[in-house]
Amino acid sequence: MSVRRLSPIQPESFAFAPATLKAAKQWMANFPAGRQQSAMVPILWLVQKQEGWVPEPAIRAVAELLGVPVIRVLEVATFYTMFMLEPVGTHALVQVCGTTPCQTRGSEALMEVCKRRIGPQAHRSADGKFYWQEVECMGACANAPMAAINDRYYEDLTPEGFEKLLDAFAAGKTPEPGSEIGRQGSAPAGEPLTLTDAKLFDGSLAKRIAIPNLPPKPPKAAKTKVGA
Amino acid sequence: MPGLLADKDRIFLNIYGQRDWGLDGAKARGAWNGTKDIVAQTPEWICDQIKASGLRGRGGAGFATGLKWTFMPKQESERPHYLLVNADESEPGACKDRDILRNDPHLLIEGCLIACKAMRAHTAYIYIRGEYVHERERLLAAIKQAYDAKLIGPGNIHGWDVDVRVQHGGGAYICGDETALMESFEGKKGQPRLKPPFPAGAGIYGCPTTVNNVETIAVVGTILRRGADWFAGFGTEKSTGTKLFAGSGHLNRPCVVEDAVGIPLKTLIEEHMGGVRGGWGNLKAVIPGGISVRMIPAEEAEVAVMTYEDLQARGSGLGTGTMIVFDKDADLVKAIARASYFYKHESCGQCTPCREGTGWMWRVMERMVTGEAEMSEIDLLLDVASQVEGHTICGLGDAAAWPIQGLFRHFRGEVEDRINSYRARKGSYAGASIAAE
Repeated sequence: MSVRRLSPIQPESFAFAPATLKAAKQWMANFPAGRQQSAMVPILWLVQKQEGWVPEPAIRAVAELLGVPVIRVLEVATFYTMFMLEPVGTHALVQVCGTTPCQTRGSEALMEVCKRRIGPQAHRSADGKFYWQEVECMGACANAPMAAINDRYYEDLTPEGFEKLLDAFAAGKTPEPGSEIGRQGSAPAGEPLTLTDAKLFDGSLAKRIAIPNLPPKPPKAAKTKVGA
Repeated sequence: MPGLLADKDRIFLNIYGQRDWGLDGAKARGAWNGTKDIVAQTPEWICDQIKASGLRGRGGAGFATGLKWTFMPKQESERPHYLLVNADESEPGACKDRDILRNDPHLLIEGCLIACKAMRAHTAYIYIRGEYVHERERLLAAIKQAYDAKLIGPGNIHGWDVDVRVQHGGGAYICGDETALMESFEGKKGQPRLKPPFPAGAGIYGCPTTVNNVETIAVVGTILRRGADWFAGFGTEKSTGTKLFAGSGHLNRPCVVEDAVGIPLKTLIEEHMGGVRGGWGNLKAVIPGGISVRMIPAEEAEVAVMTYEDLQARGSGLGTGTMIVFDKDADLVKAIARASYFYKHESCGQCTPCREGTGWMWRVMERMVTGEAEMSEIDLLLDVASQVEGHTICGLGDAAAWPIQGLFRHFRGEVEDRINSYRARKGSYAGASIAAE
């Protein structure tokens, strides 16, 4: 497990932005009455979207909103490594997947780029724009190596392409997410090998069908004609 | 045609996202076709058909899906029934559910409706890992389309009221365990619960719950549309149907692809994934089902077929059907050490053997990578691994032990060579310093 502690430097207060609060209420309405604690993870994520990280006063505010003891929120915020417990870069939070499938395809070279350009892991860069960390599997293994930057997946990366991405973020731009080599999703590179049969897509599959193996219908009650 | 499966027999027709993911596109590809006739049947009929199709859970454990559904209470009571779809895909190697969520979400939503009827539930929650932001947005948009078209929701055109909702996960691997998933769902730390009580008796909020993988639910509509015997016609007696496979690692064209269960592993790699980097002869080992199964060496990969029973007989497993391939240049010890770090990072900390054992195994593995470990530590490591395995509440302890066991079962000599060469180097340095005196 990971040992995670709150940052020693904390803001004095936290207030929900109106949009955050509205979205939080929607999540709370997503669960049965009396079960609003279920909305804790999505609300903490909304806080992170608003602030860039999860400060301690926000943990207390979420506890108050959900009507649970503060410790219940604190333990969740420190359990899930998705929640950042210290301020991150103003321009980009760079999360490089380092797990085995990405490692075999060159994630270590990407992390070298991060070390050189941003500095040591889990610290802000000198200019405050960047923050990077090695993360565990992000679930995009067929497009390894990959990095999630500000929640969007950049895939099939090379160190050169990755540097260009970081340049763009440094300039305040948001490059289009997806595969660096232009693959369509997780399709194999090059010509498509499957799903080439035009009949699948001409609408013939939408024609009315009879479901097979249905049980015999019970005999209908004889209709009585009215006015015969 | 590469592989065993013809295009006409594929279930996921938009797995790469080349076409419209939305309702119109999905309907044109056959989704939501005949759903009303299916939902009009009794829960028993649906469960019987799914049993006859031989569908097994696609999340890794491979439990018979139709049988699992019959564990739900036969009567509705004041405790509502829930379907909980596990979209917490975070096992290294596994990346197949993501493509369903973002590119074919309507198959999943339709499957939720049918599965809810089969287990007399009126609410389905899809628990999607937090990092899948794009996928969650896509899924929410697709659910909205389905509500707007009255395909789901109260008073829908199918005659069985079902609400399909989304829960936002915290991105922890442990929450892929069904009881940890339920804890996390309720807004708690994702620490697995003891079983019994089983989820079908007391799951989320203490109510009857069934947890199924995304792919398992997403294939249900097409199976019933085309018939259980169609699905059962692929694969072997115990491993039927079609399935999404994925390949990562040292492949020329890594990808996700649907094919028949029972496809030879070599065919899958050679025909769908562009072959091993440097040719088939350059293959060293394959982890066939996600990082938690044991690896198999090249000579076994030559003859292995992608079924539950064949891979189990080889001391490995089909798992999620998502392979990691290593060529002869690969450092397997390092690859498994990285897997050990993953398990150390993702252990929830509840059970001592796993909390302490995963960190201990990782540290020893790192010393195996450099070769500075003692030779006797190999057996010690295997002994510790066997003591973690089977002594924890959930399967994470087992999953942490298996990759290590797989490595030493087939490549023990490689680690021993590394330790010997480290010692030899060290010895010569020591000798040099003596000579200089």
